[in-house]
Amino acid sequence: MTTSGAPKAPAPMSLLAELTHRCPLQCPYCSNPLQLDPRAGELDTQTWMRVLDEAAAMGILQIHFSGGEPMARPDLADLVRHAVSLGLYTNLITSGVLLNADTLKRLSEAGLDHIQLSFQDADAQEGERIGGMAGAHAKKLEAARLIVEDGLPLTLNFVIHRQNAERVPAMLDLAEQLGARRVEIAHTQYYGWGLLNRDALLPDRAQLEATEKAVAEARTRFGNRIAIDFVTPDYYAERPKPCMGGWGQRFLNISPSGKVLPCHAAESIPGLTFPSVTEHSLDSIWQDSPLFNLYRGTDWMPEPCQSCAFKEDDRGGCRCQALALAGNADATDPVCHRAPAHERVEQAITERPITPPAFQYRRYSNAV
Amino acid sequence: MTSLAGITEGNVPRFVRGTRLQYDRVREQWFVQAPERAFLADAVAAEILQLVNGKHSLGQIIDQLTEKFSAPRDVIVQDVLSMTQELADKQVLLLA
Repeated sequence: MTTSGAPKAPAPMSLLAELTHRCPLQCPYCSNPLQLDPRAGELDTQTWMRVLDEAAAMGILQIHFSGGEPMARPDLADLVRHAVSLGLYTNLITSGVLLNADTLKRLSEAGLDHIQLSFQDADAQEGERIGGMAGAHAKKLEAARLIVEDGLPLTLNFVIHRQNAERVPAMLDLAEQLGARRVEIAHTQYYGWGLLNRDALLPDRAQLEATEKAVAEARTRFGNRIAIDFVTPDYYAERPKPCMGGWGQRFLNISPSGKVLPCHAAESIPGLTFPSVTEHSLDSIWQDSPLFNLYRGTDWMPEPCQSCAFKEDDRGGCRCQALALAGNADATDPVCHRAPAHERVEQAITERPITPPAFQYRRYSNAV
Repeated sequence: MTSLAGITEGNVPRFVRGTRLQYDRVREQWFVQAPERAFLADAVAAEILQLVNGKHSLGQIIDQLTEKFSAPRDVIVQDVLSMTQELADKQVLLLA
């Protein structure tokens, strides 16, 4: 696994550890791949501990324990404690439905730094319909109460789409009521499950603008008390996003079975070999694997990216989106107005049905 | 001048839970670790934040830095108070 002559890559800043793909919820925009890893293939505790050692030695600063639902792993608190002992900043990304006073106490005592708690809506009934889990909303409210009572900093995460966009003001109110320090209003990104459900999720431009207005008003009202992270739906953007801060630049993702990926959705790109932590060290994968060097830097770029003044800013956009929309992961991200395949984005918007179709829920039985 | 927008030398700064200063041995730089982001602490911020322990007042921190850098106290006061205000606005520091 060597690429001779390549300049040394910058050390990664953060690691998303997808401990499991198991989850009591079945959100139709889940960032997990369509092909979900089964429980039997999950990395064991000792392997995760070794991965954490390697991550800290490489210069990774923050570790995000995610899933599926990471609290479905009984060794979560042990992994947090180990990460904390290595100086890693530990973040838990959770649905909250498995969180109670006991499980929270174990995590807090292990030194967990921060929790990001997801809500599917501000409205209980709608949230439970979107997440596909009855009784979830009350559990989330209780989880938020326990987290704030413990004193752990809390971020609320809302994924936005055409079926909940009108309630963004209520979501911001809920974040304030619950004592969150941050809130993410993140429009759906259309890969994997989100792409499969795009017609049921993609908002129209008026809905998008209403969410932008609600966020601007809340920023004025909240001042420095609550920070709002707003993620735009890039189908409506002028220019593509610098996905993950660039392929193999700042971020890596480890799947439940130990595959190391430059982003959550990279497994959707055919013909690639995904190296595993069970066979290689994390550092050798980051520095030397063909996968991480494939779209690193700017040499791989086609036109119009190659001669574009913005190529260092947007890094050619997202490879998975290029694959999903242009049928070629090497192409310019079709979100870009200069991309040859930009019409695919406009088509998705204009051909969006007036009535949203039924969700195809994220569950093992719907997995490909 | 000993105050700036409500901050005085008597205030005692401490890190908000979920934020801390950390030396990154790989990059050989100081970072502020905070929820969902780590940002570079410049040289001035790193000097100040290394003295934040929830016990020292801003006045005591200013005294220590004045001595360490043999600099005019007025200059240090400006640096410390404006940096403290900025980090309080970013939810990194709390002032008691």
